Amino acid sequence: MKAKFENKGNKDTRSGFGAGLSELGKRDEKVIALCADLTGSLKMDAFAAEHPERFIQCGIAEANMIGTAAGLAVSGKIPFVGSFAGFVTGRVYDQVRQSVAYSETNVKICASHAGITLGEDGATHQIMEDLGLMRMLPNLTVINPCDYNQTKAATIAIANHKGPVYLRFGRPSVPNFTSEDAPFEIGKAITLNPGNDVTIFATGHLVWEAIVAAEELEKEGISVELINIHTIKPLDQKAVLESAAKTKAVVTAEEHLIAGGMGELISGLLARELPLPVECVAVNDHFGQSGEPAQLLKEYGLSSSDIIAAVKRVLKRK
Amino acid sequence: MAETANLKDIASQVRRDIIRMVSMAGSGHPGGSLSSTDFLTVLFFETLKHNPAQWDREGKNNDMFFLSAGHLSPVYYSVLARSGYFPVTELATFRKYGSRLQGHPSIERGLPGVHTASGSLGQGLSVACGAAIAKRLNKEENFIYALIGDGESEEGQIWEAALFAAQHKLDRLIAITDWNGQQIDGPVSSILDLGDLKAKWDAFGWSCKVVDGHNLDEIRAAYKWAIDGTGDGKPKMLLMKTEMGKEVDFMQGTHHWHGKAPNADQTVRALEQLKETLGDF
Repeated sequence: MKAKFENKGNKDTRSGFGAGLSELGKRDEKVIALCADLTGSLKMDAFAAEHPERFIQCGIAEANMIGTAAGLAVSGKIPFVGSFAGFVTGRVYDQVRQSVAYSETNVKICASHAGITLGEDGATHQIMEDLGLMRMLPNLTVINPCDYNQTKAATIAIANHKGPVYLRFGRPSVPNFTSEDAPFEIGKAITLNPGNDVTIFATGHLVWEAIVAAEELEKEGISVELINIHTIKPLDQKAVLESAAKTKAVVTAEEHLIAGGMGELISGLLARELPLPVECVAVNDHFGQSGEPAQLLKEYGLSSSDIIAAVKRVLKRK
Repeated sequence: MAETANLKDIASQVRRDIIRMVSMAGSGHPGGSLSSTDFLTVLFFETLKHNPAQWDREGKNNDMFFLSAGHLSPVYYSVLARSGYFPVTELATFRKYGSRLQGHPSIERGLPGVHTASGSLGQGLSVACGAAIAKRLNKEENFIYALIGDGESEEGQIWEAALFAAQHKLDRLIAITDWNGQQIDGPVSSILDLGDLKAKWDAFGWSCKVVDGHNLDEIRAAYKWAIDGTGDGKPKMLLMKTEMGKEVDFMQGTHHWHGKAPNADQTVRALEQLKETLGDF
């Protein structure tokens, strides 16, 4: 590959959120953090210790937490709500729909433990429907960064964005490879590697899997264009269409169900604007189960080798 | 301060507005609007510290009101318009295409007075909690009011908010329950009985008072009681005992007019019972 990626050490993306939140707390008095009895899991401890007056413990009552955040936002604050991804999406969908999205309240919904890499807790907590649920809501911006540094940068960036945001991250330690000072621009896809034969659009934890896959494919002489779609909504349609027009073969990779996911989103765009072969690396209509993150990625078809297989399939259809 | 006689005139006109809006729209919720009219009239025309002509959504240095039971939009829009938030003539657009007066309150078209959308029940008390915390952080000595229904109190989120407000000592939060005892399918007691509502709010750590929700003097005293209680560390709940459909004989005391518009004859009969005091829209 033209681009080289160095893993600067494995780190969890939730800690990137915690670090970003702590930095924001020092910068802006309007930033308020709300948590539903998961302060440690969300890595919100630093903010809570540094700004106890602006940290609101809501208890195990997520519906009220979303509403409280909406009320803070109405009054000019910038509330960051933190919980597990399943508990701030599906569990409170109607609260997010009415009090946040439809009411256009400047609430930042920050969701950890998303996807199957949550691991041992099992399917009750491994939500893989959240991107679909949230991107269906008008007015909501949906962001799924790929590593620690990018999650930290995204956390800071969404504070400056006026409007409700869903920010998704996770529990496992994954390679931290993006630059610490890389700018984060909402809605702007990042081309990680230029290529000609196929485009891989990856999001979240699967960006690293896609890097590993692309390196292997390049050894076999397949030129891969790799694009990090950190913003699911608004999708960078221009970047998607330009790359697809160049390579004429597309693979998507995400830690989510096919239903409602980024693969469907990109497939829909291409079907309307530029029909060409697409393969989606995502989970097909299954709940997860307990296991180690790497093991689950493999078992549920989300590993680098699954991305390689998808590339080979799509090239045959080209 | 408005005199009681004057407030009675305003309440009568608000009730006329409710009947005429719902009748003209051919749909809407007159029952709970009529039961909530008296205490909302006192609130908007006497108690609230607000500035309708210069309203902004953040509500800085003003009291704020949140309607959680969004289906009470007819009474809400009437008291907003009659107190100067927007032209009274706009009430004629209620539920019409393109109107700022959506079936349930919305902020999308920027109707002055409305801070958040409501209609899906149970959410407004939580939103009010957030606004109360923001006021406290800003060191603004204003009050946050929220209106919920008794049927709405079957929603679990109401009780999440109840715990939360007490935990965080939101003593400038003044909630009101329109305790009319009716909901869409029948009497609350036969649907999902709330039992001793006062005992429940007391047990949740609120300072709670049962009020005759149609007695203007008693309502006025209740608001004063809630305001004077500031500093006790407890959120306030005013349980307004009311009758659904109040002041329109064929609507009063029954759930049948929760969400039904009167026909032309019924509209005439209803309006005959309600004095026009401030001029119809």
